[in-house]
Parts: sequence; structure tokens; C-alpha cells
Amino acid sequence: MAKIAYYPGCSGLGTSVEYDSSTRAVCRALQVDLVDVEDWSCCGSSPAHTVNHVLSAALSARNLAQVEGMGLDQVATPCPSCLTNLRTAAHKMAHQDFRDQVNALLDIPCRTNVETKSVLQVFDEQVDPQLILSKVVNPLTGIKIACYYGCIMNRPPVLMRFDDHENPMAMDRLMCALGAEVLPFPLKVECCGASYGIPRGDIVARLSGKLLDAARRLGADCLVTACPLCQMNLDLRQGQINRALGENFQMPVFYYTQLMGYALGLDRTELGLNKLCVDPHRVLGKIKQPVPVK
Amino acid sequence: MRIGVFICHCGSNIAGTVDCPKVAAKALTYPDVVFSTDTMYACSEPGQDGIIAAVKEQQLDGVVVASCTPRMHEQTFRRAVERAGLNRYMFEMANIREHVSWIGKIMEDNTIKAQELVRMAVEKLRRNRPLIPKRFETVKRVLVIGGGVAGIQAALDCADGGQEVVLIEREQSIGGKMAKLDKTFPTVDCSSCVLGPKMVDIAQHPKITLYACAEVESVGGYVGNFHITIRRKATYVDWNVCNGCGLCLEKCPSHKHPDPFNENLCTAPSINIPFPQAIPKKAAINPQSCLKLTQGKCGICATVCPLKCIDYEQKDELVDVDVGAVIVATGYDLFDWHKYPQYGQGRYPDIITSMQYERLLSASGPTGGQIKRPSDGKEPKNIVFIQCVGSRDRSVDRPYCSGFCCMYTAKQAILTKDHLPDSQSFVFYMDIRSPGKLYDEFTRRAMEEYGAHYVRGRVSMIYPQDDKLLVRGADTLAGTQVEVQADLVVLAVGAEAAAGAAQLGEKLRVCPDQYGFFVESHPKLKPVETNTAGVYLAGACQGPKDIPASVSQGSAAAAKVLGLLSKKELESDPAVARVNQPRCVGCGKCIQTCPFGAIKEVADRFGNPKAEVIDTVCQGCGICTVTCPQGAIQLEHFTDNQILAEVQALCPPKIFANYE
Repeated sequence: MAKIAYYPGCSGLGTSVEYDSSTRAVCRALQVDLVDVEDWSCCGSSPAHTVNHVLSAALSARNLAQVEGMGLDQVATPCPSCLTNLRTAAHKMAHQDFRDQVNALLDIPCRTNVETKSVLQVFDEQVDPQLILSKVVNPLTGIKIACYYGCIMNRPPVLMRFDDHENPMAMDRLMCALGAEVLPFPLKVECCGASYGIPRGDIVARLSGKLLDAARRLGADCLVTACPLCQMNLDLRQGQINRALGENFQMPVFYYTQLMGYALGLDRTELGLNKLCVDPHRVLGKIKQPVPVK
Repeated sequence: MRIGVFICHCGSNIAGTVDCPKVAAKALTYPDVVFSTDTMYACSEPGQDGIIAAVKEQQLDGVVVASCTPRMHEQTFRRAVERAGLNRYMFEMANIREHVSWIGKIMEDNTIKAQELVRMAVEKLRRNRPLIPKRFETVKRVLVIGGGVAGIQAALDCADGGQEVVLIEREQSIGGKMAKLDKTFPTVDCSSCVLGPKMVDIAQHPKITLYACAEVESVGGYVGNFHITIRRKATYVDWNVCNGCGLCLEKCPSHKHPDPFNENLCTAPSINIPFPQAIPKKAAINPQSCLKLTQGKCGICATVCPLKCIDYEQKDELVDVDVGAVIVATGYDLFDWHKYPQYGQGRYPDIITSMQYERLLSASGPTGGQIKRPSDGKEPKNIVFIQCVGSRDRSVDRPYCSGFCCMYTAKQAILTKDHLPDSQSFVFYMDIRSPGKLYDEFTRRAMEEYGAHYVRGRVSMIYPQDDKLLVRGADTLAGTQVEVQADLVVLAVGAEAAAGAAQLGEKLRVCPDQYGFFVESHPKLKPVETNTAGVYLAGACQGPKDIPASVSQGSAAAAKVLGLLSKKELESDPAVARVNQPRCVGCGKCIQTCPFGAIKEVADRFGNPKAEVIDTVCQGCGICTVTCPQGAIQLEHFTDNQILAEVQALCPPKIFANYE
């Protein structure tokens, strides 16, 4: 496969360092050749575009220009928020006026011929399913999974153009291939409360609580996410949610790349399972050990 | 030639932005114009009398009226000049309303443009010649396409009016959508009790021939003389013998196929009679699921049939019929709600359509009239109705209101309370649209007497929780989100054009609009006519309609047909193509390009091939005249010379330029 530029995003160096390291490990195992974007900078995250669309787009476009400078035409990011910002910048820069305003702020103009994809989309579209199947050494047999995509991975559909925007299935297919029992989780694209975790913890408690409740009602052993912010709200704040709602959720919340790495038998230190707040070992213990081949 | 020009004010419609007296004065300077005046309303009785008086007093032999579009009043003025003793084709119309006064605001420019249009009309009129229409006889028979309530009404009215009727229906039985309904609004009377007797009348009327399981294969001919070929699809049962005893249905071992009459809520045997009141009450085999036809084994129905009418070898049959007029009553289809991802796209069995709910309510439906939800057969307690599913929504290209959903949802809420007194209905709506006799009172009854809880807002998602469905939506009046725990969700699906309407429209030369509904000739004044003479519309094929409106249109279309066929002969329009035989080289290009098949090849007296126009078939479109390499075909009343004269009136050739 051709080289793909890799944009970890700021959270990949901090709150979701285990997402970053497990993504890199899984890509290596699946022969997805990632090259870090040289001298990358913040995409603007949520604050920038609430202040100024041109400045926000310039922050993202700078990274796209860096990718162009590397001679690559695809950049993958694990973070849906970075994905939204990078794609939005390119989308808006299709208009000449807007592009001129953005490029006036950049040292190297951005020609917007780089396509940004989520790492999930790369797995779904560019990796041979047979390759994944052949690499599975610890099938996830015995655990029940609810896949949670978050609200912006697939939406708005005109911008994202990947998977169904109300009922995405890419992660479900992936987890199924790894041997897990994937439950029909109805709130796959519901909001977790996102950045309201800081100013309005009650909102996150209500919204994320609803997600945990729906997963528990279905009989899920764990939630699987693809977004650093969702994972943080559901995992790190699970105690807060329990206190706010008078609940007792004990639901591990994995990054999908962690479970992939687990199934592919990758080095546990790279998967960062010890970074999770809700202890996953009880759930991982449910996985039936494969019968050793003699 | 002596020409009179009349400039109409049309009240202030034209005079508001055109200086009519100035246009009239200018017209007097045009060649051959001997009389010119302006008039308040040229189409009114005094206006027409003024034209007739002028023709007589001034010995005019041609008249130009500058007023509205010819679509509006050309016939009116042609009749007026005929009353004055002129040939009706010695008349020209200049459209200075739609083409001038309604679209331009500057009086000065408008006046100049009006003058030029009058000048063009005068130049054309100077080259007109009297034309005499031919007369031809009509076939006293009517074809009605579609056996829903509109088609049934049209067929019965035509037959009672003394005409022979051929009624064809695509499905196995007539009755259409109305036959599937439980009750009808606003009277809550039993749908099949109202419709049933009419269906029986169709079967028993001596003047009606009914072909069920039949479609239009091809259409030829013209008003008064259509040649229709009907394809009668193989039913694998000899309907001349079958008496509808139903023994074969009971014994058929292949009964796993979804039953379309019951909206796929249950299954049906492969040989079936769709419902007890079916007309014709004959069995037919579904070739997709029949074991004998798909796998070559079984044959039980043939064994048990006491009349031996099963025929596995039966083939489609083509029937030719000549008719004088056609009524199209092909109805509508229901919107496919799977286009909305927020309603689960079929993942949740307890989200059903309003038509499926009708079948659940119906005593002859799959549950015998008991409301049971599809997933587990339990009686629902909370029922959510969602209106405007596929109506008034540009995101799914259905911006129009389907018109009847507000009413049938209110009816279903009322019936739900009757069936299940402990139940609670919730209705999500955008606006209540209930204009009609006793309609708004009816929706109020659903709310006030039957306690249906109406929530103004759209539903954003439905998802399962335990054995219920959580319906989340907005309450735009309260400005809040609402969530309802529902046992059953009913989607009030809107109407869309029937499948196959486009193909039928092409055969009949009836235009569909951008959503596939057939276009009427005039939205107000010709609601059941089409732009193809002799073809009429009835019911929801023209646009979504409820039962009373469909029945009215059925009767209206029948009245139009009876009026047409009451004439012994019809006149053909003489503005048709004509071949100048000495010029024709017999190349046959015109025959190939004519979309109506109106040109045939003949031999002249030396045996040379020549083209000849069949007057009654020619529609006067003019394609042949531009195709002919010899200029041998001319369209009467629109000859090259006439059109060139108009062009030259507008852009006079500057011949002096060559001598500078």
C-alpha cells in the first residue's frame, strides 16, 4: 500500500496516548505504512472555529500543506475532531475567495489536493479483510461489544462521505471479523456531551449516562469507541456519571485499536490497556483462550 | 387585403404598463391595416360584438387581436370572426399580456414591444389563407386505465351514459388503495362496504368489459380513434371457468410468499384470491413463488380444482381494442420510508406504515381486526403516529403536501381508541391541514374526544429500548425535546407517482410533472383534460387526492368523455403538414422523424415514392418541415413564408448596406 501521512492530533500526545500507540502498532501489523506529518501543528480543535472560520481553516490547512510538501495525497487521523477540522478546511477552500483568504495567512499555500480520512476508514476501505482475518491470533470470542462511533465520525454526510450517517457499520464489521459478538447498539452516533465535560458536567452525565445505560440494557460487556473525547467522557468520567445519576456502571471503554491489537496479539505495552480508568481485565478475562495448536 | 387590429386593455392587466391607444394608432400605419382600435375587454360580449361589427362595416377579411395568450382565448376569437362571416383561420393573436405587460415594468419599452408583436401578427395574417377542417367519426367506446375508486367511478358513469367501457387493472382485483382501507374519514364508515357495491356494479354492468391483470402495451391513433393493445398477463388459471371457490388456496403448499394486499404483514399462498370481495373473484398463480412454475414439481392446485381450470402453460395474451377516448386513473404509490435513516430503515419490526396499520385495523386483515404489533403479537399501549413521512420535505425531494395524511392519521387515532380503550396515541405533526367539509371538526374530535396527544414537531430518531421503541422528537410549541416510550410506531407515509406512470405517460403522450404526476391541461379550468386530445385524467395520478376528490374527478372525466363522444363527428385541426408532391423526392426522412407515425409512403402515378400526411394523425408539430431537405413539406398555417414574414417584420433586412 502507498504511504499514508499520519496526523496524531494533540490528544494523541496526551489524553489518548494509548489510542495513538495502539493505532501505530495495529497499522504496522496490517502493513499500513504511516509517515508522521512533518512539523505538524494543532488543527484548531473546537475553540478555533467558534472564533473565526478563516483562522481555524488556516490552522488545518497548514497541516494539509505540510502533507503536500511530503509528496503524499492522503492523510489519516485517528481523531474524529481533527478529521472534521481537516475535512472542513478543504471543503470550504473549494471556494476561491475563502481559499485566497486562508492562503494569505500561510507561508506555503495549501492546494487542497490531499484527502483526509479516519484511520477507521483506511482499515475499512484499504486493508484486505483476508489479511486481518489471517493475522488474528486471539479471537475476541466470548465478549459482547457495543460499537460507539460518536456524533462526528460520519456526520455531516456531505462532508464525511463515509459509511451510513445514522447507522455506521465499519467498526461493527471490524470487531465481528475479530471474533467478538457485536450487539446492535442503537445509539452509535449519539452525542456523549463532548467538551461540555468541563463547563457543564451535568450534561455529560446525562448524555454519556444514556449511552452507558443503553449498552448495559443490551447486555454489552464493554463499549468500543473511535474518539478520544468520547472515550474520556465515558471512561474517565464514569465515576462522576455514577455519582450524578446514582448508578453503578462498571463498563470498560476501549479504543477499537486496542481490541484490534489485542486480537492480533501485539505487544501489550503498546496497547496501553493500563491507561484505561475502568479496569478492563475482568472483561478481557471473558475472552475464551484459543486452543493451542500442537 | 383589409385587416382590422384590436388592442385589448384587459382592464389594467395590459393597459397598466402598455400605452394601448398608441399601439392601436401605430398599427394603422402597417400595410393592409384599414381599421385599428383599442378596447377594454376584447373577450367580453361587447368586445366580441365590436369585432364583428367592424368586420362587417369595414369589409375586413382578416383580424388581429392583441391581448392574452392564445392558450386562453384563441378559440374565443376564432369563433367570433367566424360569426362575422370570416374563415376562422383568418385571425391572428399577439400576446401582449404574458409576453409584455406582465413581465416588463417600463411603459415606453413595453409599448414598443407590443407594437412589434402586432406588426408580426399583421405580417403573418397577410399570408394566411382560409383552411377548412376535415370531419371524422369517433369510436363509441372508452378505455379506463386503473380500477381504483376514481377509475371505477369514471367507468360506471361512462357506462351509465351509454358508452361501452373497457376497464383495465394491473392487479388481480379492482378496488385499488381504497379496498385496503378499514374505515374512511370523516364519517368513519366501512371502506369496503362503500366500495364493494360499486365493484360489483363494474362486474355486472352489461356495457363494461373488465380486464384485470392487464396493462397497456401500446397506443396508436388519435382522439376518437385510438388503437389500444392490452397485455393480459398470464394468471395460469382459466378465468372463463374459475368460479372463485378457493379450494386451491387452501391446498397450496407454497404459502410463504409475502402478501402484497396485506402490505406484506403476512404471507399468502402462491395461488391466491387477494381478498374476499375481490372483483373479479378469480384465482391467479404467482409465478415467482409457485413450486410448479419455479421447480416443476407440485401441481396440487390442478389436482384439487373441481373445474380443472389451472393451466400452467398459459401465456400472456394481447388484446386489441379501438376506443374513442381514454381515461387515465392509475393512482399513486406510497412513499418508501426507508429513505429516512432516522426511522431505522427496517431494523425494527414495530415501525410500520399507515397502510399496514389499516390492514391491522381491518376485520379482513391478517389479525382479524385486532391491533397486534408485528414483533411479538402483543397489543400496543402507546402508539406514536408520525406525520409528513415523505411529504413537505425537500431533503427527500418531496416538497409537496400529500393532502390526506393529517386526516387518515386522525382517523387512525380515533379507531385506535375504539379498538383499545386503554391505549394512548401520540401524533407528531408539522401543521394540521384539514380543509374540507367536516374535516377540521374531525381532527378536533381526535384530540378532544378521543384524547390523542398531538405534538407539533418532527421526530429525530427512533431506537429500541428493551421491548419498546423510544421516539425522540421536538415539541416546537413548548420549545423542548420530547421522548415517548412507544409500543408501536405508525409512519404516515405520503403519496408519490405510481410505478410505471412514466412509461404509460410516454405511450399516451401525457406529460408527467417533476414528481411524476400527470399534468392537466390547465390547473384551474381544465383539471381533467390533458394536452393530448381525447386523453383525460382522474384521481391521484394527477396529484395526491383523497377519496371524495378522486370520485369527483372520475365523474368529471366521464362527463368530458360523454361530451366528446356525444358528437357524431369530430373536426380535425387543419393546421397540419402537407406535402408538395412534385417537390418530394421520396427520401423518407420525414417518415423516420415523425413522432406520431403520421406520414406514410405512397406512389405517385408514375410509381415514384412520395410522402403523404395522414391528416387526422398529424399533430402539427413541424418536425417534418425542418427535416425535409427539399422544403417539400409545409405546415399549414405556419408555413416557412409566414414565419419568415414575422421574422422580417421584427428585423427588417438592411438591403441598403450593400450600396454604401
